[in-house]
Amino acid sequence: MPTTAPQLDKAERKRLRTSHARDYGPGFIVKLVLMAAINALGVFGLLATWNSGAMGLFWGLLALLVAADYVYFSKRALPLKYIYPGLAFLLVFQIFVVGYTVYVSFTNYGDGHNGTKEQAVTALLAQNERRVEGSAAYPIAVVERDGELGFAVVAQDVSICEGAQPGDVCVGTSEDPLARVDDATHDGGAVTSVPGWSVLTFQQIVTEHQAEVTSLRVPVSDNPEDGSIRTTDGRNAFAFKSSLEWDEDAGTMTDVTTGTVFSANDRGLFEAEDGTTLNVGWRVSVGFENYITAFTDARYSGPFVRILVWTIAFAFLSVATTFLLGLFLAIVFNDARLKGRKIYRTLMIFPYAIPGFLAALIWSGMLNRSFGFINQVLLGGASIGWLTDPWLARLSVLGVNLWLGFPYMFLICTGALQSLPGDVMEAAKVDGAGKWRQWRSITMPLLLVSTAPLLISSFAFNFNNFTLIYMLTRGGPRFTDVSVPLGHTDILISMVYSVSGLDGTAPRNFGLASALSIVVFIIVGTISAIGFRQTRKLEEVM
Amino acid sequence: MTTQVTTQGVTAPPPQELRSRMRPGRWARELGWRHLVGVIAVVYAMFPIVFIFSASLSERGTMTGSNQLFRTISTHNFVALADTRFWSWFGNTLIVSITTAVGTVLMGAAASYAFSRFRFKGRRTSLTALLVIQMFPQMLAFVAVFLLVMTLGNVFPVLGLNSKLALICVYLGGALGVNTFLMYGFFNTIPIELDEAAKIDGATHSQIYWTIVLRLVAPILAVVGLLSFIASFGEFILARIILQSQGNWTLAVGLFGWVSDQLNANWGLFAAGAVVAALPVLVLFLILQKYIVGGLTAGSVKG
Repeated sequence: MPTTAPQLDKAERKRLRTSHARDYGPGFIVKLVLMAAINALGVFGLLATWNSGAMGLFWGLLALLVAADYVYFSKRALPLKYIYPGLAFLLVFQIFVVGYTVYVSFTNYGDGHNGTKEQAVTALLAQNERRVEGSAAYPIAVVERDGELGFAVVAQDVSICEGAQPGDVCVGTSEDPLARVDDATHDGGAVTSVPGWSVLTFQQIVTEHQAEVTSLRVPVSDNPEDGSIRTTDGRNAFAFKSSLEWDEDAGTMTDVTTGTVFSANDRGLFEAEDGTTLNVGWRVSVGFENYITAFTDARYSGPFVRILVWTIAFAFLSVATTFLLGLFLAIVFNDARLKGRKIYRTLMIFPYAIPGFLAALIWSGMLNRSFGFINQVLLGGASIGWLTDPWLARLSVLGVNLWLGFPYMFLICTGALQSLPGDVMEAAKVDGAGKWRQWRSITMPLLLVSTAPLLISSFAFNFNNFTLIYMLTRGGPRFTDVSVPLGHTDILISMVYSVSGLDGTAPRNFGLASALSIVVFIIVGTISAIGFRQTRKLEEVM
Repeated sequence: MTTQVTTQGVTAPPPQELRSRMRPGRWARELGWRHLVGVIAVVYAMFPIVFIFSASLSERGTMTGSNQLFRTISTHNFVALADTRFWSWFGNTLIVSITTAVGTVLMGAAASYAFSRFRFKGRRTSLTALLVIQMFPQMLAFVAVFLLVMTLGNVFPVLGLNSKLALICVYLGGALGVNTFLMYGFFNTIPIELDEAAKIDGATHSQIYWTIVLRLVAPILAVVGLLSFIASFGEFILARIILQSQGNWTLAVGLFGWVSDQLNANWGLFAAGAVVAALPVLVLFLILQKYIVGGLTAGSVKG
């Protein structure tokens, strides 16, 4: 902060004392407008999260909003004014997400265990609904508002719509249970108009909304046990009630048709005495089970170890091959007398300027066994399974990564070579060191000191080089001796992707996938940490 | 300052008199083989690019038809792109990548400025923390990202699954981690005396930041913006799980779909799409080449 020198006049001193945070200049106006907008959005968000009951989001948002106002209107938090925007995104989309990964890795989150126990109860009650035998048909009209469909029904009694007198009209959708509406008209049995809703004609139902209407389930009340009404023809609805009964006090589900009692077990499922379970469960903590599965369950541990070995080999060899080729080329072109160096360099770094996913896709075409350029043109019609034979596929992956990565290494090696201290080289020459000796004892160690951190980053990047693997081989060729859909070129991150089930080929298992993510992080983190420590040692030696 | 970045990697003019005095034998031994290596390296680097360019111009859409380079030249494949969703994917990709790049530069530069210019409690700790966080790539936590975005979408549909804004926010989450160090080092090379002089003249910290410092660090802003643009341009896994409807896909997700469906793949169409998709990045790269080379090598020698 500037010191107030005595020779400054009074006004100047006052200006310097006044914080720019409270100075009404143009910058302040801009800030005020921005903060007003952010606060408005924030308050809107707080209301929305409060209403939908997402309390985790509510408190997170509140904390971010309060922090924003403090930072930008306080005199003290000057550095934070600059760091806050990036920090807010970092906290939510990186740090929180990592923390959440850890949390999920200790649960059985996944297909069959997707939500809370209440959600599971509601889903089970809705899934097991049967038409109530012998119940009368309710004449209905299908109504629509803003693209959302609902049923309008003339209530005969309160059993279908709370508080309704015979003759009242009730409307409900899949989200909102049937509720009485005023001023609707009906003609005998059929509803003819509902204020705020448009009544669909039979023609519209058949031609535009048939599938939607026949699958529409309109709950009778907020209590899932009261059942719902559904229709098959768009004109008459029938009452449906669940064959399961939920006893909240005892925490049990009873199948009313068979009398079987299902009670909650510690695996997040309703289980009967004979061990049968209901098909919807909820999320529970399972401790280290996911980690134990990764290392000991034969379905996963076998492929896991093979994939781990390949991942390390892939990342290491990728760095080694690209570095060696890049270094070799950098040395070749590190001669000021060579004409056209700039043209060579520009053409050589083209692969680096091609987005990686495109390069992998292009190469996957060129390496195609039957039609690819490599087999057809370069090898004169050979039919070599570059991407279908396990070892050749691994070789291809490394080859494509070499093509993609050598220009980067070439660039950094060129930079490092050009910044070598000339006096040291000169001194070595004067001391009578030969070319090889200069190279081995001076150039190489100096080069490694400056490039080692980048080599470690490159290793970490390739360890998780999902795009290359997925675009080129999709992890294939498949392991023939294991049951999970994994293959010879899968690396850990593509294994995590398969296991998570987000690609739709396997059941979702978020818990196991998150546990594997954490394991990958620990491995990469450890290797990087060791690497960085070695680099520091190297620097101290120099 | 700027010179530090731009001069690196720029070649010094070859000493002409030395070359002209060289005899052919010595020339071959000392320089000729370098040209040979250069030609081989250029052919290796360029042939897939030439191949895909040729395939994009071929009349037939099959992969076999593309193997004879430049046998036919037609714009048929490029015209046919209009009948696909290609251009909307292209637009989506540009929206996502440009917004991400601009956001990353703004946030990264601001944070680096604070770390470089202000001395505050927890500064070193925060820098170290950033270094550690950077080692955990967001991509690895894609399951949690998916779950977070899904939850957000229940409350704010604009930030939910299938929203480009959500994808941009996720990418911006990595804005500090990756770039702060690169920029921080560069900010440190701008002499702090400039700030102090401006301060004595009565400039506020925000005036100094916006009108003085940001202009001086323009090269690194360009590098970081471009690297961020390229990274989000080619990012696949997060785009794939967040953007769910075809109309919202990015190029990486869309073009992967074209090629992965091996039996029905229209290779000519893909080739044309690949050429169009590669162009913006390639052009930017060639224009900003000296900055990028400088940025990379500056990073490398600093360690």
